[in-house]
Amino acid sequence: MKTRRRMNVATYVALFPAFIVVVFAYLGTMLWTVQISFTESKLLPTFAFSGLRQYERLFATSRWSISLENMVIFGIGLIAVCLVLGFLLAAALDQKIRFENTFRTIFLYPYAMSFIVTGLAWQWILNPTLGLQQYVRNLGWTDFQFDWIIRNDRAIYVVIIAGVWQASGLVMALMLSGLRGIDQELWKAAKIDGIPTWRVYFNIIIPMLRPTIITSVVLLSLAVVRVYDLVLALTGGGPGISTDVPAKFILDYLFGRANIGLATAASSILLVIVLVIITPWLYYEYFRPKRERR
Amino acid sequence: MATATMTASTTALEPSGPRPKRLTADRVGLYVFLVIAAAFFLLPMYVMIVTSLKPMSEIRLGNIFSLPEAWTIEPWLQAWNSACTGLNCGGIKVGFWNSIRILVPSVIISIFIGALTGYALSLWRARGSNLLFAVLLLGAFLPYQVFIYPLVRIYSSVGIYGTMAGIVVTHTIFGLPLMTLLFRNYYSSLPIELFKAARVDGGGFWAIFFRLMLPMSTPIIIVAVILQVTGIWNDFLFGVVFAGRENLPMTVQLNNIVNSTQGEKLYNVNMAATILTALVPLVVYFVSGRWFVRGIAAGAVKG
Repeated sequence: MKTRRRMNVATYVALFPAFIVVVFAYLGTMLWTVQISFTESKLLPTFAFSGLRQYERLFATSRWSISLENMVIFGIGLIAVCLVLGFLLAAALDQKIRFENTFRTIFLYPYAMSFIVTGLAWQWILNPTLGLQQYVRNLGWTDFQFDWIIRNDRAIYVVIIAGVWQASGLVMALMLSGLRGIDQELWKAAKIDGIPTWRVYFNIIIPMLRPTIITSVVLLSLAVVRVYDLVLALTGGGPGISTDVPAKFILDYLFGRANIGLATAASSILLVIVLVIITPWLYYEYFRPKRERR
Repeated sequence: MATATMTASTTALEPSGPRPKRLTADRVGLYVFLVIAAAFFLLPMYVMIVTSLKPMSEIRLGNIFSLPEAWTIEPWLQAWNSACTGLNCGGIKVGFWNSIRILVPSVIISIFIGALTGYALSLWRARGSNLLFAVLLLGAFLPYQVFIYPLVRIYSSVGIYGTMAGIVVTHTIFGLPLMTLLFRNYYSSLPIELFKAARVDGGGFWAIFFRLMLPMSTPIIIVAVILQVTGIWNDFLFGVVFAGRENLPMTVQLNNIVNSTQGEKLYNVNMAATILTALVPLVVYFVSGRWFVRGIAAGAVKG
């Protein structure tokens, strides 16, 4: 019995670093952040409870509502376009294509690069005086306009373009492995029954890909909530604050404007948003009473 | 589908009749779609490379797609050696070496702790381990903004805020969920008999870990290294908040160079610096190929 106890001790020693991380870095900081959000903290945290004041102030700040709105636009745009494009690319590559490897490599390489690089690359192409717009004008269409990056009402769509460029390869890779997992007999059966290809995709394949689609949506949603570097490098949040996002709002108020009460209130809102998205999915993936998985 | 259906035949018949035509309208459309998509994905890289090899005088003309008339590698040298962020003009190489110094310990430590945690969680019983794992997983998905400010305070109170140790600890903390998941799934997929045999032979917790499990972990360690190298290299947020002025990683320095407001923007130098920053993860991507895809599939929390 003595050795058994020693084994136990070893296990707890091994789990100690993870335990420390969970208690201090995850749970502790999270609770602390929420706690600060209920105080009047400015540059330094104070402990005077002030109820929901910071939240009222937060939602009265137009910059915050613009950030949230941008996150929603960016999120819907990014997820929709990535899913459609990623699926089309995967379906196309699944047709026994020549140079399949080359195409796959090309579609996925942006995903290996940082958001900073992605943002800077697109900033350069979309620069109206030197980039695409000027190029087309030089070709002879002198009144060609593509200056979304400097227009208040369009700049957020530029962020979507860059995001799609970066992330749709990921969706393609996930979908492709999903498609490859589908039994080829199914295609033969559909063929024999004379069902048109597009109907097989719509009525059989896409429903079968549901787990892959859910995974893609979850991953993309996380990227959406976290989006920061991309906006910083691409537009800097501008013009004005027209492409501001919550993550950038929080960082600015934490370190630039020394208003940590407001910033932590904003963080807490993000926290709630993510918990709402993620908890059902985590439960479904890991903690659901396991029948045969798939 | 354009591919001809095969009639199943058990006898080895020679195919007769004309070969089925491969090039139907569908096929052509398919390739056109793929080529256009490929152009979209390659365009920014092409433009960056071309721009980085042009003198500024050509760039001002606004022909971003045209090849350089006077090729020059001067922008590359300048980007590496003397590009400026405000008053500092040490080039992007400063950030490069900072990133390397951050990368090496962060990758090693985070993978080691991840492997150890995954091993303890999958093969040994400890009270509360399910709860630990659940919180860890949840932590992987929460927005980093929730943790940042308290972490800054904790770091300053123990004196590692703005230091190399601070940034390494940060990468270890936030790499831990994914690394744990990776190794936990891998170890629970190994045949349990192996573990039991080692127990019967008198192997203890650490002996089994170091002499049996770690040596068997090569495939998953490769995936972990790919994930962590690309992830840590591409990080911006932690670098800017925790690394301190002296240790800014390459991504942060790059952004400072490109988006600094002083003087004329040297687009060719900026593009060269951008490509240099992307180089390490791109090399990892091209060299590791299928492993990279496996890595992101695992990163997609699919095991």
